[in-house]
This record gives sequence, C-alpha cells and structure tokens, in this order.
Amino acid sequence: MLLITCPHCGQRDESEFAYGGEAHIARPLQTDQLTDQQWGDYLFMRKNPKGVHFERWNHARGCRRWFNAARHTVTHEIIATYKMGEPPPAVSK
Amino acid sequence: MKSKYSIFSLARNALDYHENWTEAWRSPEPKPAYDAIIVGGGGHGLATAYYLAKLHGLTNIAVLEKGWLGGGNTGRNTTIVRSNYLWDESAFLYEHALKLWESLSQDLNFNVMFSQRGLMNLAHNLHDLREIQRRVNAIRLNDIDSEFLTVDQVRQICPILNFDPKARHPILGASLQRRGGVARHDAVAWGYARAADALGVDIIQNCEVSGLRVANNRIQGVETTRGYIAAPKVGCVPAGHSSVIAAMAGLRFPIESHPLQALVSEPVKPILHTVVMSGAVHVYVSQSDKGELVLGAGIDAYTSYAQRGSPHILEHQLGSLTELFPLFSRLRFMRQWGGIVDVCPDASPIVAKMPVEGLYFNCGWGTGGFKATPGSGWVFAYTIAQDRPHKLNEAFTLERFSHGYLIDEHGAAAVAH
Repeated sequence: MLLITCPHCGQRDESEFAYGGEAHIARPLQTDQLTDQQWGDYLFMRKNPKGVHFERWNHARGCRRWFNAARHTVTHEIIATYKMGEPPPAVSK
Repeated sequence: MKSKYSIFSLARNALDYHENWTEAWRSPEPKPAYDAIIVGGGGHGLATAYYLAKLHGLTNIAVLEKGWLGGGNTGRNTTIVRSNYLWDESAFLYEHALKLWESLSQDLNFNVMFSQRGLMNLAHNLHDLREIQRRVNAIRLNDIDSEFLTVDQVRQICPILNFDPKARHPILGASLQRRGGVARHDAVAWGYARAADALGVDIIQNCEVSGLRVANNRIQGVETTRGYIAAPKVGCVPAGHSSVIAAMAGLRFPIESHPLQALVSEPVKPILHTVVMSGAVHVYVSQSDKGELVLGAGIDAYTSYAQRGSPHILEHQLGSLTELFPLFSRLRFMRQWGGIVDVCPDASPIVAKMPVEGLYFNCGWGTGGFKATPGSGWVFAYTIAQDRPHKLNEAFTLERFSHGYLIDEHGAAAVAH
C-alpha cells in the first residue's frame, strides 16, 4: 500500500485515492487542424517511463481534489506531490 | 543432438537414477550477426522463434532474454486458456491459438500439460445473462464452441459455488467453453525453447537489450549487455517493457504497464474441476494438478515496472473468492507475486510491423496473453518472415490508434481489469 501525501490533507493510505494516469497532457487547441495521428497521439500515446513518472491522483475518499505526483515506477517512491496548475518539480530520473 | 522425450527415454534414464539427462537447450555465446533477432525470451518470443525456424526456414536467429526463460509474465500468470472472444478479429486469433494448444505437446515433444477441463463465466444479474447469451451466440457464429448453462447445469459442474439466491451476487447462469482450460506455464517456455534450440535457434539468456540501432529508418541491430548484435530484422516481444524498448527506436506506444498480482493456496485434494470466472464478483480461479488454487487479482491502478503490487488488491481478491466459494474461507495462501502487464487502451494486442523498416512488435497483450502464446508466435513469425501481417493479425496494428479502428475487448477480459 502506498502512502500518498495529498497536498491538501497530508499523508493517507493509497486506498483513499484514485489514479488518474499521466499528468501534464494538454488538450490540443486548433482541433480542426489536427491530423488523425496527432489526435491519436493526444488520446492514446503515453510515456509510460521506467523511472520517474509525473501522474495525476484524485483524493476520492478524502477532499476529492485532483493533484499531481512524481513517483518512481520501479521503487514506487513518491518523490513529490503538488497541486494542479503548479509546474512539475525538477527531479533526477 | 537431443534425444526425443518418450516413455522409453524415461525408463532408460530411470535406470541410472536420472543423472544423465542432457540439457534441454544450449547456452551459446551470441554471434556478431543473425538473420533475425527476437527480443524477449518469454512464451511469445520463444514461440515466434520456433515457428520462424519450423515454418519459415529462418534458423540463423537468436532469442535475447534479459533474465531467465519464462521469468516474466510466462511464469507469473494464472495459466488459463480459452478463445471465447466477442469480436471477429480476436475470436479468430485466439481460436487459432487454441487449435495449436490442442496439439502442442505432440508438436514440441514436451508435455505442456494442456488440460481442457472447461471454463465457465458466471452471470449474476439480468444484464450479465443477456450479455452472456449474446456472447455465446456470437462465438458460436464464429464456429467456436460455447454454450449457455442454467443454474442447475452450473450446479452439476461446480456444486461448491455459493448458490444462495439471497447472495449479494446470486448465480443465475453461465457460459461454458468446454475446450477451454489450463496449461503448465513454465513447460510452455521450456518446450518452445527446447524445440527452437533443436532447429538451430540460439537462445541467449542474461542478455539485456540496451538500445536499437536504426539508420535511414531501417533497423541495423541491437545493443546489448553482451555487445552489439547485427540483424536486418528485429522482432520485439518485451511484454511489460514494450514502451521502454519502443522508445529506443523513437516510437511512442499507447501502452501503460501495470502490476497484475496472482496467488496460490496451499494444496488440497481435488475440489474444483473446471475454471470459474466471474466478472461481477471479479474472480478467476482454477485448481492446479498439484492441488493449489490458482487465482488472479485485478491490476493495480498505478503504472509500475516493479513486479509487485499493493496488498489491498489481494485483500479485495480474497474477499471476492470467499463470496463466490464460501468453503475456501479456511484455506491458507502460500505464495503471491506480481507481473508487469502491458495494457493497450482497447485491451487488444499490437502484433505488427513498425514505421521503422525491419522492426516488428508483438506486445500489448495486457492481462490475457498466456492463452494466445502459440497463436501469437505463429502470426508474429509469419509477419517477420514475410514482412507483412497474416490475415489473422492484420487488424492488430499500431496505426489503429490513429485511424480509430479499435478492437474493444475490455468486456472479453471476462473480469474487469
């Protein structure tokens, strides 16, 4: 069980949270000019790194707010959590 | 040359206390170049090598495995084999695999202990009943065996289920694929390895690929921990690490890697004679020939490459098991483990040529790749040898995530992952 620090509520058990996948994927503007491949890239393609992953979590059974986390996908260490809208912290891969 | 396994070789080796069995496959040093390289020595990769050598005459090939054979998802699954898929593309692919399973032990001269003990999917509500009947009919239209069972028929096959009509998820019926069942997972890797090796394939363990060398949009070879190996064709079957290998060629994949946990109980006398799956309660369980109950959990929500997951997933799984089989509540569990599954958004695999010439990927099998092992290797070998997909895998492209022709098999996973 991961211990996740919600930026609003503090440290809680993983079972209070819902996972939201890769963070910082901006929906393309000018949608009428996108090729199918660009749409596919936005919708489906993911970094899925072996290392530090920037990802979204929702404190679903707590404050119900979304936030971001930097988590290592091999050690599962949560290096940082930060509020939505904040830039990702600089972390070594 | 290796001797054929038979009752006579068993008797002959018994006379000298089984001390003189020869190795099942060689462990050669990698050559500087091959006609083709398969990256990943799990069941799918070894099957690919075997069919390349056997059916397409490509014998100057190597299988590179970063650890030991079958140490990834091949050795970490719940060994269930079935072909009861809804959509035509999947149905034909998995049915092709199932037909290969039926003669695999004879083909490989290696007992993969394929046991067609039947496989039930339970219905727990009106929607389940309708959906199961729809699937049974769709599957039968594809000439694949499938039948609908009433509650009484389910009770005859598996009387230990919780048939209490007041249960939270009462059993209202089931679908049954009699040709479904289980196989011995390790034997699949070993059998394919031994048979491929006998045809001249070099199987190189402890050889991790660290880079793909590409020039002029054409694959040149692979960088490994045991040096550079050149090849005009490279087929990648890296399962959980698909995105990592794809990134080495500058490709982005629609794949996310998640832990999927499974566990086995202490061995008990035969009690469960078929495979039971339930989507609503989320259970898939069978009993191994050693007597252990083998069951799988759902995937952990987060992405991971760690081959372990969170304990609350297992707690949830055991709750589901005892809801469906109250008498299992006193069983103790012996082992638990996790594998890293490469999940595509439509829960269907990618078995295709890549935009880089000479590069092929077979990945994205997600939570259900074991059952497809022979068919997956068979179509992938065809794709590599002919440089074009076989009719059976032509829909399973990477490009479907651009043009939108997805093969949505989330429902066919039989349990929700």
